[in-house]
Amino acid sequence: MENEHTHAPDHDTAHHVNKHVKGYLMVGGLLLFCTALTVFLSYVNFGTQKANIVVAMAVATFKAGCVAAIFMHLKSEKWTIYRFLLITAIFATGLFLLTAFAMSDPISLNF
Amino acid sequence: MEIPYTVSARPDTGLYNAKIGIWLFLASEVMLFGGLFSAYVFLRIGAQPGYWPHGLLNVPVGTFNTAVLIASSVTVVLAWASLKMRQFAQYKIWMGITILCGLLFLIVKLTYEWPAKFHHFGVFIKKEALAKYEPYLGNNYLEAKMLPHRVEITGDIEDEAALKDDTAKTYVFKAIDAVNAEPTNPESDRPTFLPRPLVEKKVVIDKADVDYASMFYPRHSAYFSAYFLITGLHGLHVLGGLIVFTYFWLPVGANLYKRNPEHLANRIEVAGLFWHFVDLVWIFVFPLFYLL
Repeated sequence: MENEHTHAPDHDTAHHVNKHVKGYLMVGGLLLFCTALTVFLSYVNFGTQKANIVVAMAVATFKAGCVAAIFMHLKSEKWTIYRFLLITAIFATGLFLLTAFAMSDPISLNF
Repeated sequence: MEIPYTVSARPDTGLYNAKIGIWLFLASEVMLFGGLFSAYVFLRIGAQPGYWPHGLLNVPVGTFNTAVLIASSVTVVLAWASLKMRQFAQYKIWMGITILCGLLFLIVKLTYEWPAKFHHFGVFIKKEALAKYEPYLGNNYLEAKMLPHRVEITGDIEDEAALKDDTAKTYVFKAIDAVNAEPTNPESDRPTFLPRPLVEKKVVIDKADVDYASMFYPRHSAYFSAYFLITGLHGLHVLGGLIVFTYFWLPVGANLYKRNPEHLANRIEVAGLFWHFVDLVWIFVFPLFYLL
């Protein structure tokens, strides 16, 4: 079962991976560009500090999406992994909502 | 004993076991860093005006380290691709560059960024004494421009050892940051990309006027406690990744490659997934602490 191995690459796999190498380099370049863009935009006055934070987080989320989709192969992954991540996203969102809940201080407002 | 499904996929999940394992681990890591980022948001929103520092970190150095980490993410995926194409010599080169990038990131952080902070000093002035230090704070100017007040004077202390002397009545700076030396210079309104040099100027602050004073240690402020905690934990992750990469770069990796090259490719894929996650965390750390 586990002892099947070969030093010759599976032709389809090798071809498939080779095709992606250029894409990895391009995404790397895009991430470096987005880093420079984040730095540049942080010195642009968007009116309020909140607006600057939204812009910076939007660029950061795009960068994180590129890393996850391309480098971590989430673009074409098995459903098992997507299920894990969906549950993680629900719990992580809950965690941030708890923070928002604490800041709105509903107890002292209502009792 | 042979561990099953290290190379071929388990029929029910369609994945080899280590991949399932690393994704479950990364899910727990999301919750770990999510908790810390959520604490950061809580502390930042709750900070009183003027008490959340801006522009205290070196942006060019932070940008450089971000680029280094991104480059290492590219090289680790190229190392994995080399193994899939059965090019072991290429794998050694890309993995070697990845290890060098990770080391460079840690060296910059531990030998330059953190120590520079440990020798910087800040005093938070009491509200009732703010007017006395107006030449260093420029609050009238800031008020006219509807900008947030300043409550802190920062710079290099004359004698760090004297900080432990409880009988001393003053804090003496030998140099202060440009933002305090020229508080009404429009350049001081917002942080600048290139750090402005300290201005040599002896400034004496009465301890009676000080709310709180500290070197830029974690106890300095909620900002620095969050900064050192998150970047420290992130640094430990970088170190962990480097240990794993170095292990597979040494003859252990070559031996495994000789026995079963696909097994090594899978191990590098799993370690690479961890490394990309570390990069992904930094993508948020960098703007939150250095730029905003």
